[in-house]
Amino acid sequence: MDELDKRLLNVIQADFPISPRPYRVLGERLGITEEEAVSRTRALAESGIIRRIGPSFDSRKLGHTSTLVAAKVPVENLREVAEIVSSFPQVTHNYGRDHEYNLWFTLICRDESEIERVVSDIKARTGVSDMHVLPAEQMFKVRVSFEF
Amino acid sequence: MDETQVKTITAIQSGVPISAEPFREIAEKLGTSEDALLDQLRKWKDDGTIRRFGAILRHTEAGFSVNAMGVWDVHAERIEGFARAATSSEGVSHCYQRPRFDGFPYNLYTMIHGRSRDECEETARKIREQTGITEYELLFTTEEFKKSPPVYFADRGSAE
Repeated sequence: MDELDKRLLNVIQADFPISPRPYRVLGERLGITEEEAVSRTRALAESGIIRRIGPSFDSRKLGHTSTLVAAKVPVENLREVAEIVSSFPQVTHNYGRDHEYNLWFTLICRDESEIERVVSDIKARTGVSDMHVLPAEQMFKVRVSFEF
Repeated sequence: MDETQVKTITAIQSGVPISAEPFREIAEKLGTSEDALLDQLRKWKDDGTIRRFGAILRHTEAGFSVNAMGVWDVHAERIEGFARAATSSEGVSHCYQRPRFDGFPYNLYTMIHGRSRDECEETARKIREQTGITEYELLFTTEEFKKSPPVYFADRGSAE
């Protein structure tokens, strides 16, 4: 990753142009050709640095609701339980953490009742009962960009 | 949300192709014009339905290899000040207030990213010094089991 890649990442993560030729616009900002902007972006995606390029929707404006869930899972079952949790399409993030509450996942659902249903399904399928639904009561700022 | 809008969301939520004219490709799949698609996306960006349109990075590959969920016990009257300090802190990507639960007295959550465990701990220490909030823990990520774009309207169209 050279200096130009870093500059490209700084620009592309904050604001991908919604225009017919987005890489031409990016190229103009960075002083490179459209072709080079495409090929550098593609290389960053192939090397795994860029996960995807697209919209982050405000789930509430789409009529969806989201929450974090904390679970206390017997250590020897963590992987198996995590796989079951991840298999639900409503689960978007799922992390193991070094704490007695060792599995933390986020759900995006249509409404509260779907959240309740998914959580009770997860409890039933994993046998884990110590699980807490922790919806955000206030969101302070989502800083999305990392400076390179 | 009308049917066309729902189709647009399902077509674009997993990302756009990396090519010279990504929106034309999506519009073709949708059977709509590129102009109509671009208009809709710009409208959504203006009204906040799209919070951000950009590249989502894999922070571990980008050098931010360690992340920790910082959880803090903050009294109600100090929440605003805490949030101001936490969100202006380098390395913090999210800050939320969530309910406490039995045995877990923490109500403020900060996602902390760093190049090392030490760097994350240093970020938390600085927040502690700035805010005077001393009751906190860092829950380091031991494994990422899943991280995927949210799937909206999954039963009304293909997610891919």
